[in-house]
Amino acid sequence: MPWLKKLVGALVVLGGVGAVAGWVLSAPVRLDSETLAKLGPGDAARGKRIFYAGGCTSCHAKPGSQGDARLQLVGGLALKTPFGTFVPPNISQDAKDGIGAWSVEDLANAMLKGVSPSGEHLYPAFPYASYARMKPGDIADLYAFLKTLPAVAGKAPGNSLTFPFNIRRGIGLWKRLYLGDQPVVSLPEGTPDPVMAGRYLVEGPGHCGECHTPRDFAGGTKKSEWLAGAVAAEGSGVVPNITSGEGGIGNWSEADIANYLETGFTPDFDAVGGAMVDVQKNMAELTAGDRAAIAAYLKVVPPHPNGYPARKKTAN
Amino acid sequence: MRKLVIAISMLALAASAAFADPILDRQALMKERGKIVGGISKVVKGEEPFDAAAVLTALQALQANAEKVDVDALFPAGSDTGDTTAAPKIWEDMPGFKAANDKFIADVKAATAAAPADVDTLKAQFDTIASNCGTCHQTYRVKKG
Repeated sequence: MPWLKKLVGALVVLGGVGAVAGWVLSAPVRLDSETLAKLGPGDAARGKRIFYAGGCTSCHAKPGSQGDARLQLVGGLALKTPFGTFVPPNISQDAKDGIGAWSVEDLANAMLKGVSPSGEHLYPAFPYASYARMKPGDIADLYAFLKTLPAVAGKAPGNSLTFPFNIRRGIGLWKRLYLGDQPVVSLPEGTPDPVMAGRYLVEGPGHCGECHTPRDFAGGTKKSEWLAGAVAAEGSGVVPNITSGEGGIGNWSEADIANYLETGFTPDFDAVGGAMVDVQKNMAELTAGDRAAIAAYLKVVPPHPNGYPARKKTAN
Repeated sequence: MRKLVIAISMLALAASAAFADPILDRQALMKERGKIVGGISKVVKGEEPFDAAAVLTALQALQANAEKVDVDALFPAGSDTGDTTAAPKIWEDMPGFKAANDKFIADVKAATAAAPADVDTLKAQFDTIASNCGTCHQTYRVKKG
């Protein structure tokens, strides 16, 4: 039966082409030399701002630590998601257990491309899908600031993920769908500076969309419901809608938003809760100008209704 | 006389029925707490002038509010379901939750006892009191849609 042989042959060839294509498409891609050239020398004082805007401590500080102890970036806070449990690693200056041996290029590749120094894909639980929008110069500043923080020994336990999410190579395909350096909200020519600055802080280092935007089946943020709120990745709660759409914060003034980020109080004096508590503490470290910029941007984000289902009222 | 007794006992019954829902009770207390804290914060931020007597009255109101939170009565077993944003963690870690509540009461009492005489003293006490809000909500409240 020569036709069967041909068919089998064709399938083998097709399968082989598919496998090769998949392998090529899923390969980790590092930054090009042009971007690396923009890193510059880096300044620790400026990097402190990026450190707090980026919220590094929220995941990488020792769980439950307070005050200066939060600068010991030993990792270990387990994030239990439907994909499995992610555990943020030690990013302190310890050369063996942390990232003390990393070059600034290594940090840039991790944050902007999601690629580790050994050339592996990092999981996007590390929010490089947002950090990818950051300026290289800010990464260099952050690197300089991280160098001023203590080295702490100790490795956090590894991730425990379910199949197929435990195959790192698959992230390469995910990146083809979701990784880019372009802003989410396009702003017209002549947009005031604070709004532009706010867009950068929210969409880039602040990575607000990682929790406040619903995700699709493959775990990418839905840009069509940007910041509309979402079912929380962990636990039974939701993350609020921070657009001006129904259910959102349309009735908050810019001053209200800035005040919330500074003090943790909503306009009607409810208090910040959940994972936002640590985020708000970081926001309180920024300048009033940065908080005002975030507020100005949130007011121009396209309004959406809540990106999570309405609460089911249980009889009691 | 008998009619009066019946009327009083019916009133009492109605009252206890109205306050029989611990979820509504604790929500009403938290709402009231927010209002009082909001009022004091206006003084701290300089939006309203510092008036020692008014501040003390507000702090006393906050203390009365805080002392009304009897965890056993307001967070009984079974009140974790229904229209509530109380986190399951409360019932998983009741001692931790009670300790957080006690710390808030103690911080408010300390402020009331000190009777702040100027806005800077008030600010220091306010920050201590307010830090309880986020710390407690971080663990013991869950945001729902």
